[in-house]
Amino acid sequence: MSTLLEAGNVSKIFGGLVAVSDASFTVRTGEITALIGPNGAGKTTMLNMISGVFPPTSGWIRLAGKPIHHLPPHVIAARGIARTFQQVELFTNMTVLENVMVGRHLRSRGNLFTAATRLGGTNRHERKTANDALTYLEMVGLADVAHEDSGDLPFGRQRLLEIARALATEPSLLLLDEAASGLSTREKKELVELIFRIRKSGVTIFLVDHDMDLVMDISDRVVVLDHGEKIAEGTPAEVQRNERVIAAYLGEEPVGESG
Amino acid sequence: MKANFFTSTLLWAVVGLIAVALTPLFVKSNYWLGVLAFMAINTILAVGLNLLMGYAGQVSLGHAAFYGIGAYTTAILTTQYGVSPWLAMPAGILITCIIAYLVGVPCLRLHGHYLAMATLGFGWIVFIVLVHWDGLTLGTSGVEKIPKLAIGSLVFDNDVKRFFLTWVTAILLLLVSANIVRSRVGRALRALHSSENAAATMGVDVSRYKVMVFVLSAAYAALAGSLYAHVVNFISPSVFGFIVSVELVVMVVIGGMASVWGAAVGAATITMLVEWLRSLGEAVPVFKEFDVIAHGLILVLVMLFLPAGLTVGVRDLVLRWVKRRRPAPAPQEKPKEVARV
Ligand SMILES: Nc1ncnc2c1ncn2[C@@H]1O[C@H](COP(=O)(O)OP(=O)(O)OP(=O)(O)O)[C@@H](O)[C@H]1O
Ligand SMILES: [Mg+2]
Repeated sequence: MSTLLEAGNVSKIFGGLVAVSDASFTVRTGEITALIGPNGAGKTTMLNMISGVFPPTSGWIRLAGKPIHHLPPHVIAARGIARTFQQVELFTNMTVLENVMVGRHLRSRGNLFTAATRLGGTNRHERKTANDALTYLEMVGLADVAHEDSGDLPFGRQRLLEIARALATEPSLLLLDEAASGLSTREKKELVELIFRIRKSGVTIFLVDHDMDLVMDISDRVVVLDHGEKIAEGTPAEVQRNERVIAAYLGEEPVGESG
Repeated sequence: MKANFFTSTLLWAVVGLIAVALTPLFVKSNYWLGVLAFMAINTILAVGLNLLMGYAGQVSLGHAAFYGIGAYTTAILTTQYGVSPWLAMPAGILITCIIAYLVGVPCLRLHGHYLAMATLGFGWIVFIVLVHWDGLTLGTSGVEKIPKLAIGSLVFDNDVKRFFLTWVTAILLLLVSANIVRSRVGRALRALHSSENAAATMGVDVSRYKVMVFVLSAAYAALAGSLYAHVVNFISPSVFGFIVSVELVVMVVIGGMASVWGAAVGAATITMLVEWLRSLGEAVPVFKEFDVIAHGLILVLVMLFLPAGLTVGVRDLVLRWVKRRRPAPAPQEKPKEVARV
């Protein structure tokens, strides 16, 4: 298995607070890798650095061997990383379909001039973008609400829409920040099926979650953060046996309980 | 996103043009034709500012500055250097765009109140330059005898012709704006309005798009300014002061910030309101003293009681009324609609 994403000695310091400290780990191509850790361990901070929301204070991140930690988020998106957000960040001023059409931004054409004048096949491009976006909605099961306001969706479906929007960028690496949190048992089951389908389509997945059953169930490998430090990395079985992991979770909640 | 949206936008534009063509049959008074021409200019300003504020969510409290730069550039070039208006107007727009770019790059890194303060400061500086650089701008006495526009032998020298000139331009820009918002570019703008992080991680170059729409809306303002200069033939700094920037913001806000047509409604409403206040001030001399205060008060009241804007407020009322009368559409119809996209 080749390495898709590699983090080396990554640290992030906010003011005086060390959110991530000297963390190194790898995500292998085609696998599902989970990033776990107690509340405030620095998981979201890690995803923010990978997706370019902010740069690491020190250390490096490479995608397919090329450094990306100095790049702005839209360039990282073009390199093939897409993500969802722990606090859902839909474009609530748009319909469900339009949200996913924004996800097609890098895969569609059109500038201010062609938009204003409708030249250069703008209407044709628009229709194609809408059709493409619809296929991603179908993939997550939201085609029936394509024309509804995204803000009106129930919470579980908002999470699915974020995934569809991220997939629409055709990423090689998909980052999911607690995509299962707040979902019902049935919705979680559907999410797991979706995650497997996404992997099958060739997308590598790096996910953060608090639901240990889910994580241990679906992950090929697990990376554990505690107080910003990486304390373990390995298969679910290895991680579950790891003493530091057990100790870290004793302080918070037992391994295996849903977050 | 209906496949037939373009035709429908075009349809609206055609309806608008027909309405414009018919208006002089009903409106005979030169005074009202003048007010309507001014309404068209305000429409251009509001629609442009709405692209920035309503769609991209970036505030500008200094938009009258771009209006002024556009007006003064063409006024000075035509009166002092004998340049043709048809060259001077694009020159004014170009200079405004360059200035907007230089102002926008640093300012648009700011958010919310800070952006408002920065643009307000910019508007103030431009106003002061217009007043005090009298070697170029002739100061408070203003620039007179700005030439009328002419296409060949057709000179826009009366109120009917000026009414047509301004409104045809306004409708053209409404059409262009409606096209822009319904596109990849328009979606990127709305996306960054809603969540800059999410937009950026979808591949939208947020700072580039922000500067782009800032420059675009400044270009609308400059066009409006150069039209004003050649239609009214006289400009002075007070036309481009702070209160005008505020008026523009109010037009956009009461328009609802959600649609291109809403901004036009906002422009029409505020134009009428301002005109009404002016005539009230003339009829009741005591009131004249309080003109600006009353003006400000009404703006504040509008902001307080119509926060979602006139068009959205009315639309929501109508929707609620319709919903109460008609049961929700049958759910099985929906997939069909999707397939039609
Ligand atoms: N933008 C920021 N500015 C300042 N501090 C931050 C910022 N983002 C995160 N932090 C801090 O960094 C630490 C790690 O936060 P982070 O959100 O990465 O944790 P997490 O592992 O995702 O936690 P959770 O499981 O609760 O989501 C926390 O103490 C948090 O308060
Ligand atoms: Mg988190």
